[in-house]
Amino acid sequence: MRELLTDIDRWQADGKRVAIARVVDIEGSGPRGAGAAMAVNQDGEVSGSVSGGCVESAVVSEALAILSGEQPSRVVTFGYSDDEAFAVGLTCGGIIHLFIQPLEW
Amino acid sequence: MNSYQTFSAHVRDNSPVALVTVIEGPHVGATMVVTPAGIVGGSLGNADIDRIVARDALGELEAGRTLVRHYGPHGESTPEDLIDTETVRIFIESFSPPPLMWIFGAVDFTAALARVAKVLGYHVTVCDAREVFATRRRFPMADEVKVTWPTPMFTENGHRLSSRDAVCILTHDPKFDVPAIQGALATSAGYIGVMGSRKTHAKRLERMAEVGITSAADLARIHSPIGLDLGGRTPEETAISIVGEIIATRTGRNASPLGASDGAIH
Repeated sequence: MRELLTDIDRWQADGKRVAIARVVDIEGSGPRGAGAAMAVNQDGEVSGSVSGGCVESAVVSEALAILSGEQPSRVVTFGYSDDEAFAVGLTCGGIIHLFIQPLEW
Repeated sequence: MNSYQTFSAHVRDNSPVALVTVIEGPHVGATMVVTPAGIVGGSLGNADIDRIVARDALGELEAGRTLVRHYGPHGESTPEDLIDTETVRIFIESFSPPPLMWIFGAVDFTAALARVAKVLGYHVTVCDAREVFATRRRFPMADEVKVTWPTPMFTENGHRLSSRDAVCILTHDPKFDVPAIQGALATSAGYIGVMGSRKTHAKRLERMAEVGITSAADLARIHSPIGLDLGGRTPEETAISIVGEIIATRTGRNASPLGASDGAIH
């Protein structure tokens, strides 16, 4: 989060709504640990990253859906699985759990 | 000030703060900000859970840990209390001040090491008694440049060093390196490295013995000659070998190529 504050402050000063996605847990091999974070504003602009680039674009879609109210704040999981819901995978074979919420606190 | 502003002010001041968020259960997204002074913003939904989770968050913050914990809706945490009740999953994220690196000796290796340490997030202090060398102009990348001898530096500030912190002694000067080693051994620094050729190292061991540094426990804490055996020569390559050793010391790994082994990577 530390590295996101400047972008978040700037976006909020411009009246933009912001969602934050934070890695809360990883299973197996993961490129970034718990606490890795990215922020997405209502225009789809991004700050930070939560993996080695494997899942960032999917996180942007989820974050925009949460910002627009189509989806509630929730834990979203990406990673290796037979389940088709996890179509976006991590090349390292790990699983990451992200919590995505609007920055409204 | 809202909770986010309170939180970001603490992070910017490098003062310890935990961000606590309900990620599953009632009040998903509810967020609370906790510092050693207590709850400074937000709530998780009710006073009971706030109080109990704030207490736990403080413990995690002291240890610098970030993790998910499970509770009942009112902060119940014993297994029997959690049977047949809704579970609240709470993400506790610790923001501790950056680890410290003290570098003794204002030499070319120092500038390279300070640059690499900044990449890893260290708060870097360069320390040398020679006023002409220990200047901000030579070390713009360092957070602090101190013109002082090792002994007063450790006497005044040594209590600030913890297991996350590193002391790198790059002077080859006996006037400096032995007092710096003595000072560093009196702290809780997690890494102490001393530069020098094998010959310098052997001679330094004799001088250390003269001042009473002989115990196996003390000698085991000192990484000398400093760094991993990467075969590098330039100050930048040396800096990489030093921070590589610091990381391996923290993780307890032996720093061999991953391709030469088959265990878990993380």
